[in-house]
Amino acid sequence: MKKKILMGSHAVAEAVKLARVDVISAYPITPQTVIVERLAEMVERGELKSRYVRVESEHSALAVVYGASAGGSRVFTATSSHGLLYMYEMLWWVTNSRLPVVMAVATRAIGPPWNIHTDHNDALTIRDAGWIIGFAESVQEAFDMTLQAYKIGEDKRVLLPVMIALDGFILSHTSEPVLVPEEEEVADWLPPREPLPFKVEPGKPFAVGNLGPDNVTMELRWNAWKAAERAKRVIEEVSAQYEKRFVTGTSSGLVERYETEGAKYLAISIGAWSGDVKEAVDALREEGYDVGLARIRYVRPFPREELRDLLSSVRAAVVLDRSVSMGHMGILGSEVRAVSERTPVKNVIAGIGGVDVSYKDFISILRGFVEEYEAGLSGEWSVAEWYMPWVTER
Amino acid sequence: MSLPRLAQGRNRGVMPGNPACAGCPHTIGLRVMGRVLGDKAVLVVPAGCTSIISGFYPRSSLSFPLLHVPFASAAAVASGLRASMDARGEEGVVVVWSGDGGAADIGLATLSGAAVRNEDILVVVSDNEAYMNTGIQASGTTPWKALTTTSPVLGKSEERKDIALLMLFHKAPYVATASVAYPIDFAEKLERALKVKGFKLIHLHSPCPPGWRFDAGKTVEVAKLAVETGAWILWEYMEGSFRISPQSKPFVQKERRKPLAEYLKLQGRFSHLRPEDVIEIEKKMEESWRLVVELEKFYSRS
Ligand code: SF4
Repeated sequence: MKKKILMGSHAVAEAVKLARVDVISAYPITPQTVIVERLAEMVERGELKSRYVRVESEHSALAVVYGASAGGSRVFTATSSHGLLYMYEMLWWVTNSRLPVVMAVATRAIGPPWNIHTDHNDALTIRDAGWIIGFAESVQEAFDMTLQAYKIGEDKRVLLPVMIALDGFILSHTSEPVLVPEEEEVADWLPPREPLPFKVEPGKPFAVGNLGPDNVTMELRWNAWKAAERAKRVIEEVSAQYEKRFVTGTSSGLVERYETEGAKYLAISIGAWSGDVKEAVDALREEGYDVGLARIRYVRPFPREELRDLLSSVRAAVVLDRSVSMGHMGILGSEVRAVSERTPVKNVIAGIGGVDVSYKDFISILRGFVEEYEAGLSGEWSVAEWYMPWVTER
Repeated sequence: MSLPRLAQGRNRGVMPGNPACAGCPHTIGLRVMGRVLGDKAVLVVPAGCTSIISGFYPRSSLSFPLLHVPFASAAAVASGLRASMDARGEEGVVVVWSGDGGAADIGLATLSGAAVRNEDILVVVSDNEAYMNTGIQASGTTPWKALTTTSPVLGKSEERKDIALLMLFHKAPYVATASVAYPIDFAEKLERALKVKGFKLIHLHSPCPPGWRFDAGKTVEVAKLAVETGAWILWEYMEGSFRISPQSKPFVQKERRKPLAEYLKLQGRFSHLRPEDVIEIEKKMEESWRLVVELEKFYSRS
C-alpha cells in the first residue's frame, strides 16, 4: 500500500491501470479528459499494456469498448455530460448484451448555456439504461469504486456495465491523499476477466442480437432486472471484501449512514457535496438538531430497502438534489419519495450548473427543513424547492 | 479464382430459407464472402436488411459468427473487437458488413474514424442505394432523380456521395469497388484485401429488386448493365496503385458502353425520367469516369 497525492482523474486512471485493462477508448470532453490523457500517457510510456483507441466520438468510444468486451477483454472508457448523452443508444446496447464495461463519468452540467461545472443531471439521466451507477464522495472513493466496478460488473451473477460518477472538477481536478494498493495485491484480488459463456470467434457461427420473438426480448430484460437486483449483494460483498483487504477507509455497501443512529431528521444526498452536508450535520448536531445523513453510493441498483428502513425511523427527510426532471421534481427526490412509506420527503434542488453550495448553505437548508416540519408545514413539500439565495424575487 | 473454385468453398455464407426478398443482392454478396473468408471471419452488422436476413432467434441464417450493432457504430465495434483479438493474441478477420446508410450516412463519422486509425478491418458496403429495410427511403448514395418513398414524385434532388473515393482520400491502404454481377472479381478483391494489413473497404454495387423496382429475376442483369453502360465503375486501389478493373476497362471508351437507357429503363425508380434527365445523368457519369481515369494516371506516376 502506497499513499499518493492524486487528482481524482489520476486516481481513476491509477485504478484502471491496476485493473490491467486490455482496451481503452475515449473521446475528449472536459472535465473527463484528464483521466484518459493520463491513461494515454501510461500506455505510451509502456507502463500499461492496453490498446488505446482514439475515436471520433463518444458513441464510438462506447462502441469500441463494447466490441472489445464482446471479444472477452477488460475495458474502460470515460466521459461527461454531452458525451454521455451522445452515448445514450450504446449505453442500452451494452446492457442488453450483458457485457461488462466500466466507465467513469466526471459529472458536468448539460448545455446550453455552455457550462463545464458539475451537477448530476448527466449521470442521473441515464438511470433507466441498466447500468450500475455509483457516485463517489472523495478521490479515494473514486479510486476504490473504479477498481471494485470491475469485480462487480464481471461477476457471473451480474454481468452488467458499471458507471462510476465523480463530480467534475470538485473531485476530478482536486488532489487528495489516496491509498493505492500494490499491483500484486490487486492482481490477486482481481483476477483476469473470466470468459463469457459464449465467444464471438471465427469458424463458430453464432449470432448475438438476432431478431427474436417478443417474449424473448421481455425475458432478456427480466434476466437483466434480476442481475441488477443481485448486484446489490455483490456490491456489498465486493466493497466489504475490498475494505477488509485494503483498508482505504471508505465506506462500503449501497448507502453510507452518517450520524443516522437515533436521528429524527434525515438528509439524503449523493456525490462530492456530501462532505459538506456532513459538516452541516456536525454543526447542527452541536446546536441540538437530531439530523443525520444517508449518502447514497449506488443510485442503480437503487437501495430501496436500506432507504425504506432509514426513512421509517425518522420524522422527515430532505433530499438534496443536484439534478432536476422538468415538470416533476429533482431526480433523486422522486426516487427517494417513491420508497418512502409514510415519512414526508422534502426535495431541495441546488447547485445546478455548478453553483457552489457550501456547508453553510446546507446548514440553512437543513435548519429550514426541520423548522418547516416542526411548524407543521410538511404538507407543502409536494413541489420541490429551488435553493437560490441570490434570487430575491419569486 | 474461378467460378468452380469459388463454388467449392465449404462455408456457404448464407443458408437457404433465409428471409431475404427474392433476388436479393446481399445474399449474393454474403455467399461470396462465405466462400472466400467464411471460417476466418467475424461479422459486425449494423441495422439494415441483413439484420433481417440473418434470421430469427434461436436460429441464424448466416454461417458466420456475427454481432448485430447499432446503426452508427459498426466500424467502431469492429475496431474494439480487433483490439481485443490483438490484445489476446487471437487470429481472424473482422468484417463490417454494412449497407449504404450504415456506412455512408449515419455511420460515416465512425467509418472515417476507423479508416484514419487504419484499423486492421475489412468493410464491405453492400450498397443498394437507399434505406431498403425501412421501406426505400433516399440515402446519401441514392442516385440523382431516383424515386424513393422520401423522393416519391420528383426523385432525389441531391447528388450521390461516393463512399469508396472518400475512403481513398482517407489514405486507406485498400479500397475497391465491386458488383454482385461479377462474383469472381469480388472474390479476388476480397482475397487481395486480406493480404493487406490495415483498413480495407470494398464498395459492392447491389441492385435491389423491390427498391429499384425491377423483376426479382433480373438482379444480376441489372448489376451487369450498370457496369456495361458505365454507370458503375469497377476499380481497385491497393497500396499506391490504382487500377480500373478489367471488367470496366473497355468502357473507358465511351463508344464501347451500352446505351445508358438500357440500364435505366429496367428500373421503375427511373420510370419518370425525361430525355433531358438522361442526358444530365450521362454527363454526371462522364465526370465520374474522367475522375477515375485521372486517378489511374495519377497513381501510376508514382
Ligand atoms: S429490400 Fe432489397 S436488399 Fe433488402 S432484403 Fe429485399 S432485396 Fe435484399
